[in-house]
Amino acid sequence: MKIGVFICHCGSNIAGTVDCVKVAKNAEAFPDVAYSTDNMYMCSEPGQDHIVEMVKKHDLDGVVVASCSPRMHEPTFRRAVERAGLNKYMFEMANIREHVSWIGKDKDANTNKASELVRMAVEKLRRNAPLFSKKFETIKKVLVVGAGVAGIQAALDCADAGLQVVLVEREPAIGGKMAKLDKTFPTVDCSSCILGPKMVDVSQHPNITLYTLSEVEKVSGYVGNFSVNIKRRAPYVDFSKCTGCGACMEKCPAKKTPDRFNEFMGPTTAINIPFPQAIPKKATINPQYCRKLTEGKCGICAKICPTGAINYEMKDEVITEEVGAIVAATGYDLMDWKSNYGEYGGGRYPDVITSLQYERLLSAAGPTGGHILRPSDGREPKKVAFICCVGSRDRSIGRPYCSGFCCMYTAKQAVLTKDHIPDSQSYVFYMDIRAPGKLYDEFTRRAIEEYGTEYIRGRVSAIQPDGKGQYIVRAADTLLGKPVEVAVDLVVLAVGVEGAKGSGKLAETLHISYDNFGFFLESHIKLRPVETNTAGVFLAGSCQGAKDIPSSVAQGSGAAAKVIGLLSKPKLESDPQISNVNIKRCVGCGKCVDVCPFQAITKENIRGEIKAQVIEAVCQGCGLCAATCPQGAIQLSHFTDNQILAEVNALCQC
Amino acid sequence: MDSINLEAVRDEDFLRTVEKESGQNLSRCYQCGKCTAGCPCGPAYDMQVSQVMRAIQLGDKQAVFEAASPWLCVSCSTCTARCPNEIDVARVMDTVRHMNRREGGKHPTLNAFWDSFLKTVRLSGRAYELGVMALYMLRTGKVLTDMDLAPRIMPKRKLPFVPHVIRGKAAVGRIFKRFHDLRMDG
Amino acid sequence: MKLAYYPGCSGMGTSAEYERSTRAVCKALGIELQDLPDWSCCGSTPAHATDAVLSAALSARNLTIAAKTMAQSGATKFTTPCPSCLLNLKTARHHMAEPEFRAKVDAILDEPCPPIGQKGEEPLPDTYSVLQLLVEDYGLENIKSKVKTPLKGLKIAPYYGCLLSRPPKIMQFDDPENPTSMDRLLEALGAEVVPFPLKTECCGASMGIPRRDITERLSGRLIETAVRYGADMIAVACPLCHMNLDLRQEQAARAKNAVFDMPVLYFTQLMGIALGLKESDLGLNKLCVSPTQALQKIGKEVSA
Repeated sequence: MKIGVFICHCGSNIAGTVDCVKVAKNAEAFPDVAYSTDNMYMCSEPGQDHIVEMVKKHDLDGVVVASCSPRMHEPTFRRAVERAGLNKYMFEMANIREHVSWIGKDKDANTNKASELVRMAVEKLRRNAPLFSKKFETIKKVLVVGAGVAGIQAALDCADAGLQVVLVEREPAIGGKMAKLDKTFPTVDCSSCILGPKMVDVSQHPNITLYTLSEVEKVSGYVGNFSVNIKRRAPYVDFSKCTGCGACMEKCPAKKTPDRFNEFMGPTTAINIPFPQAIPKKATINPQYCRKLTEGKCGICAKICPTGAINYEMKDEVITEEVGAIVAATGYDLMDWKSNYGEYGGGRYPDVITSLQYERLLSAAGPTGGHILRPSDGREPKKVAFICCVGSRDRSIGRPYCSGFCCMYTAKQAVLTKDHIPDSQSYVFYMDIRAPGKLYDEFTRRAIEEYGTEYIRGRVSAIQPDGKGQYIVRAADTLLGKPVEVAVDLVVLAVGVEGAKGSGKLAETLHISYDNFGFFLESHIKLRPVETNTAGVFLAGSCQGAKDIPSSVAQGSGAAAKVIGLLSKPKLESDPQISNVNIKRCVGCGKCVDVCPFQAITKENIRGEIKAQVIEAVCQGCGLCAATCPQGAIQLSHFTDNQILAEVNALCQC
Repeated sequence: MDSINLEAVRDEDFLRTVEKESGQNLSRCYQCGKCTAGCPCGPAYDMQVSQVMRAIQLGDKQAVFEAASPWLCVSCSTCTARCPNEIDVARVMDTVRHMNRREGGKHPTLNAFWDSFLKTVRLSGRAYELGVMALYMLRTGKVLTDMDLAPRIMPKRKLPFVPHVIRGKAAVGRIFKRFHDLRMDG
Repeated sequence: MKLAYYPGCSGMGTSAEYERSTRAVCKALGIELQDLPDWSCCGSTPAHATDAVLSAALSARNLTIAAKTMAQSGATKFTTPCPSCLLNLKTARHHMAEPEFRAKVDAILDEPCPPIGQKGEEPLPDTYSVLQLLVEDYGLENIKSKVKTPLKGLKIAPYYGCLLSRPPKIMQFDDPENPTSMDRLLEALGAEVVPFPLKTECCGASMGIPRRDITERLSGRLIETAVRYGADMIAVACPLCHMNLDLRQEQAARAKNAVFDMPVLYFTQLMGIALGLKESDLGLNKLCVSPTQALQKIGKEVSA
């Protein structure tokens, strides 16, 4: 076998602390190495061309590149090797950047370690064999989980590109958080005016199937061929008959039902349509509060419904859908501020509310008809305090991160407060104004310069009712270096965000990673922001990290583009790095079946004996079965025991 | 007046000593001002708590030692309880006061009060309230301090006219003596 | 229930009524208080303000005595009514977990302090407030069952002060922003508790003598707010708070340009009244602002 070794300088990234020339020189002595060299940038076009030329010139059988992480450039070099006429698995990569040059400063030690890693790669390559992918069909259908603005955008873009879309939403209506907003920054245009048309498009698009009141329960399969179980909670209303007339709402006697859509700012009825522009505009019954469903008596809505749409006998159902790709767009929720901010009343003071609740007070479709009225006494507030960073940048409660968009909506709410109540005065207590988006800083300046909002730089220590109907906000003006306080009528908390409730469970269902705050982990924070480490599963919007509307929409489109790109290929190639069963050794114990996280192994009766069998398209090549098999009957292609032991031996020789 | 020369003012030893003695990492402070906002004594301070924290971050020992605030701190720990960066701010205030005192720093009235109090403890083993008042007036010359309270409290017959002297007063006295001896030795 | 007991110096003077009522209430509830023999001052704020080691050493002497007392008498926990003593005793034990600090403390003591220990021999005991043990260990239901004169008709502002629950890591008691132990205790006695928002705001502590202006401003605000919330009286658990709110009430009123007549009672005095104890055992006559008029509301129907 003839092997070529190529050592990359990566500019000074590697060469700064590794003697690349010496590493290349050392490699000449390794078995089967026929050619060894170093190069400033192996990934550059001349670098790749050099590989192709040398394979031809020296009639090489395999190539080792020592450079960065395979996560970065393994596909690049595999393509180069393929261009040279070799099988792309006749290639190995030694990571001498992340694993060597970036983590150590001792040049001699680094050079030694780099040489050892190259020797390992060479020893493995000597045992590599050509592998060949298989092609498989994909289902030209995508599942979008969550119908907020990001999910809606992803769904519409995919549907417009000709893909079938299954859109799943947990709430009775789509629109997510944006549907709750009154106006949006930095243009102060009406949220439902710009979101509404998109929502209507969703309902009318021939390629979109919408399931509301629904959640993804189970996902099996693999990229191109997922099978998804969707649990749909009973709405107790036959959507094919409901016209959305709302007569049921008027007569429903359960008038103290908590109003989730209005952020609990007022009660609603047990049967209701959450808001006038709701999509679908269908009534649903909240079974916890419906008198008929809880006490067995009532049935008024059924009597009043002109189309006979009410059906108390409806049951939850499970729907199965087959899709080729999945977009998670489950958004955010506000963190639990009440348990963490006793100094702000911990929820004991009625006029200390969240910014999302304030949106519902501002909205003409909200519980107060768009009049800002205090929850405690229904009076119009004249002094309003806005407190930023409640549950953001606060490591004492385990929230070290910035929630990103609170500075902007706070400025917007201050502006709207002045619009609604011209003789009002708003105070914004902030730590830093974070307004890096297009037209954002200009907008906050307008809030200050044109709307007279008083910005005070300092975190609020406490909110204390004064016993006369107002609340004393105790803060500091850190620019002045003095404690300050102001008596206000209403306090709005810009509460920090976290991944939507239940996001951890969904992540586990989708086999993707999530962080301590319930945000899903992208494949690469800069270069693969909408991909996950599970092929075929993509991210859009705030489920990946706090995002405002423009970014959520952009990411929705980004995720859609990835899905469209994936499913536009006639067929996908399978990864040949999968498990193989040696039938002669297998005793049919089934341990591999139990341990496989992808249900990729079955027990088959082969000529009267039970044997394990790998479903090639499902196997993800994780190697758990290979490590588990007591007989050593399962080997993972490209990572066989022989190959791994050869690497270990190479390391022990040095 | 010259501007503050950041290089000249930086006393690295001071910063490290405060951090070590208080057990707190001062670089965590991002100057949000929540400590200042909740401090009951803030309005009486010449330098707010968050400013003291900032001066320590800069290593500006002189500014910290010249401030009256660390002396006035009542150790209510509101700052500590609410600090978003989990800094025990009250302990930092304690620490700079202790350091200042070791180097001979004093507050005109507070030291007199504390020393008067501790003297009664040293002599009898327990604090003796009338004794504290008498010593304090003697030390400060503020003979009229709280005289308006006398007609309120005296008829209640709560304040004994002689101190409670405990059997172990010598043991308590030895604690003070060793403390002072060790301090003198540095 | 048997407790090792540390009265604190102010119990011998300005807070005699706290001391007296605490003993009377414990006796009535069947709680035995085993006094620490020959206890000394914890050093209070002046020691704490002067030096951490000195402060810890003054506390350590008493913790050592407490450890012996508990071992000899079979008392299960160590308690003090005074939050200032509590803070010093707890802080000393907390800081002495650091070996370097402990060595400095041991160096100025006659004999080294016993180890804090997990469950070792004579471990250095933790200290608890009388309030905490009454609510958490003795139990509100038990107290309720012994009430003879429910405090019905009395509106009380519960004031905890800053020290009982702060700093939270050391004190480990209740919710530091909104404690409810005393609220629930007073409710168990039959009183109405007003939603007093300044439960843990500082009263000015020991600044009364050296910087009276600070105390006047802070205490004045507390009394003013209690008045606004319609409280008949303020209940406290701290001698220093009591001194600032009761003894210094006229000073605060003058500074605020107001007239106050707000009785300030120790929660133990209110317990004593509800338990039907003799007035002389509760030291009600030691209070500067007379509670007589306010206490007459007990049992009277309140008109709406």
